[in-house]
Amino acid sequence: MDVKTTQYKRCDVVKVAGRIDSYTAPELEKALQAITDAGRYKIILDMSEVNFVSSKGWWVLIDNQKRCKRYKRGEVVLVNIQTEIKDSLNLVGMGSYFKLYDDLTFAVGSF
Amino acid sequence: MRTRKFPGKYESLEKIRRFVVQTAEDAGLDQSAVYAVELAVDEACCNIIDHAYGEEGVGDIICSIADEPSVIRIVLEDKGLPFDPSKVPAPQLNLPLEKLKMRGVGFFLMQKLMDEIYYQSSPTSGNVMTLVKHK
Repeated sequence: MDVKTTQYKRCDVVKVAGRIDSYTAPELEKALQAITDAGRYKIILDMSEVNFVSSKGWWVLIDNQKRCKRYKRGEVVLVNIQTEIKDSLNLVGMGSYFKLYDDLTFAVGSF
Repeated sequence: MRTRKFPGKYESLEKIRRFVVQTAEDAGLDQSAVYAVELAVDEACCNIIDHAYGEEGVGDIICSIADEPSVIRIVLEDKGLPFDPSKVPAPQLNLPLEKLKMRGVGFFLMQKLMDEIYYQSSPTSGNVMTLVKHK
C-alpha cells in the first residue's frame, strides 16, 4: 500500500494505492493522524487505486471520521471507491457514516 | 483440494488472499463473488490471529481451497483458542458515529459474504472453519 498526502488550501487529499488490511491499516492511520495532529480536519480519501479494504481499514476511517467531525465542518469523505468495496461498506452497515463522491474536484469543492 | 500453511501474522494476509483469489478466479466466479471470498477469508484469518491466537506470531494458519462442481470450499485451521459462533453478538451499527465501537464486524461480514459457514473445534485437531461460496 502507498499513501500520498497533498495539502490544499481548504482540505487534504490522501491518495491510497493498494490494499488496506490489518497489515497496512496502521500506515494509513499514521498518515491520517499526521493531518489531524496538524489541526486539519477536512480530509478526502482518494480510493481510485484501492482494491481491497477489510474491516480493520474501515475502523481506521471511522476513528478519523469521529476525530474530524468534532470540529466545525471537519469530515472524511471518500472519492472513487470501487463497486465491490462500496458494496462491502454498505453490507457491514458503515456506508451511512461517509459521503461518497465520484469526482475529486467536486469533493474538494464540497469543503 | 490445494493446501498451504501460513504463519499467523498480518503480513501473511495478502499471500492467503492471493492463494484463494487465484482458485476462485480459475473456478469462474464473477468479480463480486471473488471479492466476497477474498474479504471473508481475510476477516476469518484476522479473527484467528487476533482472537484464537491473541496476537501475531503465535501459530500457523492452514488454508485449503477446493473447486467443487457447484461450490468453492475454503477450510481454515488453527491451533488457537476455540470460540462459540452462536455467542458472537451481532455488531451494533445503527448508532450515532460517536457511539460506534470497534468490535465484532468480522464474523458478521463473513456470514453476509458467504453462503455457508461451519465451525468445529476439538482439543486434538484444533479449530476448523469451513467457508462455502456457491457458484
